[in-house]
Amino acid sequence: MSQESRIKLAVCALCSIFCILSSAFASDVSIHGFIQGNYSFNTGSSNPDGKDMKWAEERAQLKLDASKDSLNFFMKADVFYDHIDDASHLEFREGYADFTASGFDLRAGRQIITWGLGDLLFINDVFPKDFEAFFSGRPLEYLKKGVDGVKLGMYPSFASAELIVVPFFEPNNFPDPKRFHMFDPMSQITEREEKKPSITPDNTEIALRMYRDVAGLDASVYFYRGFFRRSSMLPDSLTAPTRMDLFFPGLSVYGASLQGRALDGVLSLEAGYYDSRQDGDGMDPMIPNSHVRFLTGYQRQLWEDFALGLQYYGEYMNDYSEYKTNLPSGFPEEKKFRDLVSVRLTQFLAHQTLKLSFFAFYGPSEKDYLLNPEVKYNFTDSVWAATGANIFGGGKEWTQFGSLNKNDNLYVQIRYEF
Amino acid sequence: MKRYLILIIIMLLPVSVSALTADEVMKKSQAAFLYQGRDFKARVTMKLISKGGQERVRELTMLRKNYGEAGGDQKYFMYFFRPADVKDMTFMVNKYPAKDDDRWLFVPAINMVRRIAAQDKSSSFVGSDFTYEDVSGRDIEDDTHTVVKEEKIGEKDSYVIKSAPKAQDADYSYKISWVDKASFLPLKEEYYDKRGELYRVFTADEVKDVKGFPTVTKRTMKNLQSGHRTESAFTKADYNIGTEDSLFSERFLKQPPKKWIE
Repeated sequence: MSQESRIKLAVCALCSIFCILSSAFASDVSIHGFIQGNYSFNTGSSNPDGKDMKWAEERAQLKLDASKDSLNFFMKADVFYDHIDDASHLEFREGYADFTASGFDLRAGRQIITWGLGDLLFINDVFPKDFEAFFSGRPLEYLKKGVDGVKLGMYPSFASAELIVVPFFEPNNFPDPKRFHMFDPMSQITEREEKKPSITPDNTEIALRMYRDVAGLDASVYFYRGFFRRSSMLPDSLTAPTRMDLFFPGLSVYGASLQGRALDGVLSLEAGYYDSRQDGDGMDPMIPNSHVRFLTGYQRQLWEDFALGLQYYGEYMNDYSEYKTNLPSGFPEEKKFRDLVSVRLTQFLAHQTLKLSFFAFYGPSEKDYLLNPEVKYNFTDSVWAATGANIFGGGKEWTQFGSLNKNDNLYVQIRYEF
Repeated sequence: MKRYLILIIIMLLPVSVSALTADEVMKKSQAAFLYQGRDFKARVTMKLISKGGQERVRELTMLRKNYGEAGGDQKYFMYFFRPADVKDMTFMVNKYPAKDDDRWLFVPAINMVRRIAAQDKSSSFVGSDFTYEDVSGRDIEDDTHTVVKEEKIGEKDSYVIKSAPKAQDADYSYKISWVDKASFLPLKEEYYDKRGELYRVFTADEVKDVKGFPTVTKRTMKNLQSGHRTESAFTKADYNIGTEDSLFSERFLKQPPKKWIE
């Protein structure tokens, strides 16, 4: 069954469940949602296809919640009109059933899962993301995509655990090459086919997090077995390629995190080992090598309604010499060690109805950056608007933010929420 | 008859001769205002009213559980109903005397629990005129308390206490509290800024008996300098409801049980 038909079937099934539930226990059903406009204008260059906007849409979201005893049903679906592609879409964001018992709970269906401690930096949050949404100036919640799977929560006295089983692989969404200028070392090959891992018991993703309080600190350990969510290229020939497959190499992640009060603020530590299962010796230049990721974060409230957040992130590649030896000519050479610093400043004003924020990434190893200033105002309890900018630059044409250099944009979000 | 009279006089004697010190009044007041019962629950509706009359409403369920004596550790669990953009958010505070709180916030749109920095207890609570300290209290030992006088406020006899922060950590230079002699609830508080000018006034507008505990069910905090005020009303207030320790956990921050938040 295709993704599209799976969504339609799931939406129909959930709508029927809701209709039955609403009539059965009308008092326990709630409906909320919003109507929003979201527009993002290029401030530097036009898109590769000549258009002047990164995003332009009107969207309505409906959230339905129904519960009875230990059962709960939730659905969140969006309809939107995309002015850039002149098309309307139905997007099934989340839809799940919860069963809660005293010692465990179960959630089955499409759900958003967020793990780890990073602020826009992901180590143990191995779940799908939509980077195009983030770079286009869409509300932050659209950075996260749901997974279609089952989550089992277990709460014995010594620790809590979340086990997630996902049979249907969902890749990350990266910026559309028609809308974003990006670096592509094989841009001459247009015949490409994305090949997701087939749906088999063997390819089922498994993620486990165990957590507990350790001396007043929040401690977690993580395990993931699945796939990289960014595709790797497999050309039919390395010397004279004519077509290529985009595939998702096997990945296992072993990680841990610790967070607590320290230095008059909150200190976060997180690390993970990325085991690239299909390139254990680092010889395959098309598959990422195994690597270590780590993160230190610190946030502190400096004065009333003003918070400072700082992060330092590093990525250390294993088998670097094998990587260098096998890298085909014409491909940019990645560094053995890549790092990033981030700063986030947030000031609330006017009884927390006006929010000024500034977020920046800077890569000391790559010398590139991303800047994101934003102003958000709540006109009333149900209407807010935000405007901000995404500014990319520095580095080289293939580095993370340097490659987005020509995509600076100014965005507006307006939402009526009910 | 005479014997009974003597007995009554003897019983009253210690109370009438040994007046309470300011510290004792404030301790009793803290116990009555913020530590009553083993646990407490209320639906809180806050109206934030600007000088021009524009209203914003914050509605939440607040659960509080005591750990130890009055003045000791407490845990708070809050679930937000309104406004729409924070609906289903939950917020948990572990409050300890003499050190910073632990605070966690759950953001439902991305299903994320995060710890938030909590150094400034004089920060506004959800944008209202109440601070975190107004909601969950301030350590008695952080201020020097003196009894200024005793007077009636409305019909009620009250102690008038001046409290001045020992360190420079508070926004006010001193606070005057009118504490009800009968219930020990604060009936009125005046906050004076560093220049000695009155800038914030708290009033207990309605006191009701809930399961035998006198409870401030309506209160107002007014900022005289900005003209902004917040009116807060507690409905469905209840004590000793048997809140389990496990409620104050990441599990229930993410999935707040309906029986506790409704």
